[in-house]
Amino acid sequence: MADVKYTPKDFKSDQEVRWCPGCGDSAVLNAVQKTMAELGRNKEEFVVISGIGCSSRFPYYMNTYGFHGIHGRSGAIASGTKTANPSLSVWQITGDGDALAIGGNHFIHEVRRNVDLNLILLNNQIYGLTKGQYSPTSKFGQVTKSSPFGTVEHPFHPGELTIGAQGKFFARGIDYNVALMVEIFKEAENHRGISVIEILQNCVIFNDGAYDYVTEKENREDRLIVLKHNEPMIFGKNRDKGLIFEGSKLKVVKIGENGISEKDILVHNAKEKDPSLHLALVNMESPEFPVALGVIRSVDAPTYDQGVYEQIKKIQAKTNIKCMDDLLSSGSTWNVE
Amino acid sequence: MENLKKEVVELDEVVIRFSGDSGDGMQLTGTLFSNTSALFGNDVSTFPDYPAEIRAPQGTVGGVSGFQLHFGKKQIFTPGDYADVLVAMNPAAVKANLRWVKQGGTIIVDADSFTDKNLEKAGYSQDPLKDDKLGNYNIVEVPITNLTKQSIEDLGLDNKSVLRCKNMFALGLVYYIFSRPLEHTLNFIETKFGAKDPRVVEANKRVLQAGFNYGDNLQLLRSYLVQPADIPAGKYRSINGNIATAWGLLAAAEKSGLRLFLGSYPITPASEILQEISARKDLGAVCFQAEDEIAGICTAIGASFAGCLAATSTSGPGLSLKAEAIGLAAITELPLVIVNVQRGGPSTGLPTKTEQSDLLQALYGRHGECPVPVIAASTPSDCFYYAYEAGRIAVEHMTPVILLTDGFLANGSEPWKITKMSELPEIKPPFAQKDKPYLPYLRNAETMVREWAVPGTPGLEHRVGGLEKMAVTGTVSYVPENHQVMTFEREEKVKRIVAKVPDLKVFGNQNGGKLLVIGWGSTYGYIITAVKEMQDEGHDIAMLHFNYINPLPKNTAEILKLYKKLVVCELNLGQFANYLRIKHQQFNYLQYNKVQGQPFTVLELKEHFYKLLKEE
Repeated sequence: MADVKYTPKDFKSDQEVRWCPGCGDSAVLNAVQKTMAELGRNKEEFVVISGIGCSSRFPYYMNTYGFHGIHGRSGAIASGTKTANPSLSVWQITGDGDALAIGGNHFIHEVRRNVDLNLILLNNQIYGLTKGQYSPTSKFGQVTKSSPFGTVEHPFHPGELTIGAQGKFFARGIDYNVALMVEIFKEAENHRGISVIEILQNCVIFNDGAYDYVTEKENREDRLIVLKHNEPMIFGKNRDKGLIFEGSKLKVVKIGENGISEKDILVHNAKEKDPSLHLALVNMESPEFPVALGVIRSVDAPTYDQGVYEQIKKIQAKTNIKCMDDLLSSGSTWNVE
Repeated sequence: MENLKKEVVELDEVVIRFSGDSGDGMQLTGTLFSNTSALFGNDVSTFPDYPAEIRAPQGTVGGVSGFQLHFGKKQIFTPGDYADVLVAMNPAAVKANLRWVKQGGTIIVDADSFTDKNLEKAGYSQDPLKDDKLGNYNIVEVPITNLTKQSIEDLGLDNKSVLRCKNMFALGLVYYIFSRPLEHTLNFIETKFGAKDPRVVEANKRVLQAGFNYGDNLQLLRSYLVQPADIPAGKYRSINGNIATAWGLLAAAEKSGLRLFLGSYPITPASEILQEISARKDLGAVCFQAEDEIAGICTAIGASFAGCLAATSTSGPGLSLKAEAIGLAAITELPLVIVNVQRGGPSTGLPTKTEQSDLLQALYGRHGECPVPVIAASTPSDCFYYAYEAGRIAVEHMTPVILLTDGFLANGSEPWKITKMSELPEIKPPFAQKDKPYLPYLRNAETMVREWAVPGTPGLEHRVGGLEKMAVTGTVSYVPENHQVMTFEREEKVKRIVAKVPDLKVFGNQNGGKLLVIGWGSTYGYIITAVKEMQDEGHDIAMLHFNYINPLPKNTAEILKLYKKLVVCELNLGQFANYLRIKHQQFNYLQYNKVQGQPFTVLELKEHFYKLLKEE
């Protein structure tokens, strides 16, 4: 535990933040700095690692150890850093192109391995830094610089991909809600294993308004649901809407209508090992469903980095080979006089 | 009957090639013979030659697996050009290997395998044992399959298990011919199969003995003795290039006080390095089997940032995939060893065969101005020293280093006088001091090396990355002049590694002469054997061998200028020759090149050198 009390300012580097005015990335940066200040860990234990893309400039703006990698490879670099020194708190910052296109292979494998990382995926559904081509999360048919007639590709859902890759922790935040992000980031830090956090983030230049439907001030409480462990899945301006299961499918219902009362509403269990309901929740899309925010899945499982060192400890306890000289003269040797 | 005294002929050196189907156990047979010979005190060099397919169609030429070994009472530098004895377990093995047998050499065949079906599979229209095509060889037909069956028929093993013992019959027979003791192999059988099935142990032991007795009883073969070699006293072990490489990295980690981290993806012929380091949990090594080649190197870079001695191992195609990340290690100036076990290329090429054709890729195969030190090992055992040296340079100079070995070194083995850790040079990581403000790109005035600040150290928080950085402070910088400064500094840092690179030494007349034979890396053994033999014959020929490729040793030009003719011999189309043409343009370089996936032969080298000496 840190003996110093930090403020978010302690985590700001002296570098000028160069994201476009109004970019959602700045809110995420603030949320991460606030989180780290409040976590009670020593500053030198934090490492922020990124790939390439707008969001990947992140480490330069943090006054922590930081590594700005190459396109798509932040997951591999972060996995190496964490495995080399599990006592570090490693934060991987990536985007929808970085993590899910060029880095897709690393993404699924770091999730599968369950390396104890906090992975923040800033999803703006577009390539920003290369100026506006479609990404693996762009909507089907979306018109972009590289799809002037609309894409003919089906997008990835990061949550579905995470669960499909055996992910144990998935949360979703949204750029305008710093308090929710801080809450999620803290839970992610306390979770052992990889914590995948998708942030719905608006790109003001190339994909402005991608999330307008769900973020519109007047209607957002009806179009978003913040899931909390052990709490009923209720949402809406008037807290009168909820989710139930009907015929193995989720359904939005109105409390007080058709005999539905609060006790009929599903209670969120993020700790449930069986991913079926979590999968249904991460896949909810507008306008039929509210988009789910909060910690959707948080299941304990052994981590990769832990496993590596437990194995080393076990072998070292019983081996006769304690140093290089032992190894060099082990096995079959002979003497020449 | 006259009591015949066994005739024992003494020889200086012998080359044996074991060959059979890739499932016949020829690699094991060869290894056991090598180990026995090494224990006996011979110098030994081995080279396995096997197909890429794990079980290629049985009985076909494509499925033949060979293991060649060369042992002697003198110093042995190569696995030998041509075999004195070929053991061929089927017709395909004869067909595939005949070209590697000396005229007048002995070919021991399993006569039972020369069936019509097998002859056809091997592509023989006629039984070669019955026509005179093999007239120049001493053919020894032994019904190996039947004798194997007979000697263990009472054990109740299934037919497959019985046939698996055939290789032991051949091995026993060869042990008889070369007057070798059986103890080592009997002990091996005990440990290897003991836990499995006591019948398998018994079967293998009996068949080995049966092969030995067969030779003894029939008196159809003379037996030979190769006396122990006069090699320096000390403790020895047999080691191949891949294990030596893995151990060299482990040794560098221990010496520098760092944990070894290997991030790697399986690829022939480098996988054994990954396997060996994954087994070295006892020494605390962390081995990360990544999802691909890129992740292999990127996990290593992440680990290097975190303060490990990080390495990645691969072969040619993998080096291509790692190219971008090597640039990242170069611009972040983090220590990293990249082991490239070269094989025949391009593309998948000849994955199990040897070649030296990745040299230019290692030197230049990156975007941007991206200098990387390159060193090459020249024998299976010196892979240990050069892997260690790669680790030392990486850590002390804060740079990625490429170590080149190849399939020939990786799989070849030789006796190695075990090094003590105390004999190896110090490795001192240039860690930043805790109590001083940290400037990531402040350089040591002499070496140009920056300091290493490891996450977890209070007060040294900083950022590095792929974007160009301001000199000294390390903040992101797009200043045009700064990029030039940093490009120059990275280049200069690598150049200054030369201060600790040992001077080259000529083998032969130091003062100059008619012909200087130049080589690098794994061709060492063949070239030195050829040059030595020609020197003994009285020719004016010398040899210069390179292990440090970038930077080249300081005295390179001083030596090159002393010789009338320079010939660069390498297993590619002239990559090192071209590199020398860039670095030392004032000289004229002749070339001798081979790209067959095979090492040189001493014979072909000598023929070429004779020709060069004759031409004026």
